[in-house]
Amino acid sequence: MQAASHRGEGWTALADPTRRAIFESLADRPQAVGEIADKLPVSRPAVSQHLKVLKDAGLVVGRRAGNRCIYEVDVHGIDALRSYLDRFWNRALTTYKYAVEQMEDPE
Amino acid sequence: MAPGQEAAVRAQVIVEAPVARAFAVFTEGIGTWFPPEYNILAVPIAERVFEPHVGGRVYDRGVDGSQCQWGRVLVYEPPQRVVISWDISPRWQIETDLAKTSEVEVRFIAETPNRTRVELEHRRLERHGEGWEHMRDAVSGEGGWPGALLKFAERLSRP
Repeated sequence: MQAASHRGEGWTALADPTRRAIFESLADRPQAVGEIADKLPVSRPAVSQHLKVLKDAGLVVGRRAGNRCIYEVDVHGIDALRSYLDRFWNRALTTYKYAVEQMEDPE
Repeated sequence: MAPGQEAAVRAQVIVEAPVARAFAVFTEGIGTWFPPEYNILAVPIAERVFEPHVGGRVYDRGVDGSQCQWGRVLVYEPPQRVVISWDISPRWQIETDLAKTSEVEVRFIAETPNRTRVELEHRRLERHGEGWEHMRDAVSGEGGWPGALLKFAERLSRP
């Protein structure tokens, strides 16, 4: 799956092992991008990209601390899960409606 | 979410089709509409299968023959109602502990002979979260549930 398809979607954002590692690391304690990159076999720009996906998914939040940005998990994660599923089903039902109405009558 | 409130999401759609067709497409025709990019398998999906009876499996079959079962048919009452389990964890993996799975109920209401209202409720979402909290007490150290997620669960459970 491509990263782009995870944007704004909580569960799929965690399907990626690197993002999961970053998320778990942040759940351990809030950290800046550099600290995360030091611990994982991933470059800083890549960490930033993953953080953006996690942020868009509502799983982590960032706050400014001087000239750095500290990331931490969003404690309202269950709400993120709900809003993710809300979007998921609305989209799935739209596709479903199309599928039902495309089908031709048997006769 | 307020304490004690059941976590659920609801959605509905009106389809211009008889109730029997709406039901059939939702269930046995799941492969025609369920978003294909939601795939737990390592390979592309060849087929999505909904076994139309209580106790039936809902699963994906990959192009290499591998399978991924992500739901169980809990209620099957054509053409009015179907309930399936959602055996997918918040980490987007198959949840094998059934106590930590949610469920999706779908009702099909005939508004006219050729129009059907489809109401969907994905409920008991808190069970996924409860799982995290239970695991916090059940395991410790490496090899168990990742310590970081336990901390996340602790934070979620704080007021």
